[in-house]
Amino acid sequence: MVGPSSEDIEIRLLLDAIYLRYHYDFRSYSPASLKRRLTAAKLQMRAETLSALQERVLHDTETFAHLLQYLTVQVSDMFRDPSFFLAFRQKIVPELRTYPSIRIWIAGCSTGEELYSYAIILREEGLLDRTTLYATDINPEALRKAEQGLYPIERVQAFTENHRLSGSKNSLSEYYTAAYGSAAFDRTLRKNVVFSDHSLATDSVFAEVQLASCRNVLIYFDRSLQDRALGLMKDALCRRGFLGLGSKESLMFSKHTAEFRDFVASERWFQRC
Amino acid sequence: MLSHELKQQLAATEALVVGASAGATRALTELLPSVPEWARIPIVIVVHLPPNRPSLLPELFGPRCAARVGEPDDKQPISAGTIWFAPSNYHLLMEGDRTFSLSVDEPVNFSRPSIDVLFESAADVFGSKLCAIVLTGANDDGALGATAIRRRGGLVIVQDPDTAEAEQMPSAAISRANPQIITSLAGIAQLIKQATEPMQATS
Repeated sequence: MVGPSSEDIEIRLLLDAIYLRYHYDFRSYSPASLKRRLTAAKLQMRAETLSALQERVLHDTETFAHLLQYLTVQVSDMFRDPSFFLAFRQKIVPELRTYPSIRIWIAGCSTGEELYSYAIILREEGLLDRTTLYATDINPEALRKAEQGLYPIERVQAFTENHRLSGSKNSLSEYYTAAYGSAAFDRTLRKNVVFSDHSLATDSVFAEVQLASCRNVLIYFDRSLQDRALGLMKDALCRRGFLGLGSKESLMFSKHTAEFRDFVASERWFQRC
Repeated sequence: MLSHELKQQLAATEALVVGASAGATRALTELLPSVPEWARIPIVIVVHLPPNRPSLLPELFGPRCAARVGEPDDKQPISAGTIWFAPSNYHLLMEGDRTFSLSVDEPVNFSRPSIDVLFESAADVFGSKLCAIVLTGANDDGALGATAIRRRGGLVIVQDPDTAEAEQMPSAAISRANPQIITSLAGIAQLIKQATEPMQATS
């Protein structure tokens, strides 16, 4: 391991400054991808150094709002990893059906692609009307986009193929209308969605749910923050509730391993013990 | 012939990173069987693949290699003795505590996984104890990463473009990164053997 470079020191100071000034806590994010994002932000925002960027961030809220987009936004596809959603439809929906009312937490929903994936399957399975979905993220701009449900039409072809592979008999086109280069998703899909600003790093549990989905969010956290986030899911989930993670995320390196069992191991579906 | 200096650097290497694109399968088929079963160091490979299906590279190369072949999960330790392939549709990065991490950030050079992303993060962790190999490919991915590795004192080996199925990637790496070694696949196979042989065998 090479000693900390000036840039590593600048990163630490910048993250401290952001936390103290704006209460966004990136201090326990995975350093390698955080560094890439900050380097990209520095170039795009025309700052000579991260120290120079820090000065602007401290004194100008707008600059911080801009930087936040670099630090947080993850673009996902609808039905990313179709086999994960196929397992949801075939193995988890039958279990959810046994509850009179269903609550689902999409943690780190970003711009909403995954949220709509769940909503569409729940509609197809006749469960959407008795489901409440909590869609949370720390980025207000991303939440606003999720709430709009507008996606560039050129992305929809990939979404459509994924939707088909996720086991749907319907066409995705039943759920959106195309206009001005965008696909606008049916507003009734988000009738029972609660969009909310929530941080896995600093906030606590807000509801009891039967399913928590947190995909490709934990990969951005270091082990300690992963443990915190997984602890929140564990506390939010009812007994025998379900946890869905990204295809390369596991509980193997977490202190919460023993509190979950594999449900569909190959698709990273876990069940609360 | 390798200079004494390069030989020493090869022997001191703590990780080997490899990038390949068009023509990768054939090139790796020639190279990977030379990794011994108890390889001294980890070998981490990014191959450009279509994003929407599993990579299948571990299944393809597992039976042909003496060393263990796998795909890392997030936060998995970068263990020696294993040939690691980046999973499809993720960037693969290395962390200072010598674990892997993954990201779904934007593609870099139209690629996810990107070779530059792996190489640059590996350069931060391993500094001069890193060896990188750029193989055949039809875009410029890897050239910037190889440059970062050179800047940190690491060893960069590039496949001779005349011997590559697609010459653009090795050519870009050569013009950007000024690699210490440019050679054929047979030459690279020899170097991999030297870098990965267990200690007893080399002393």
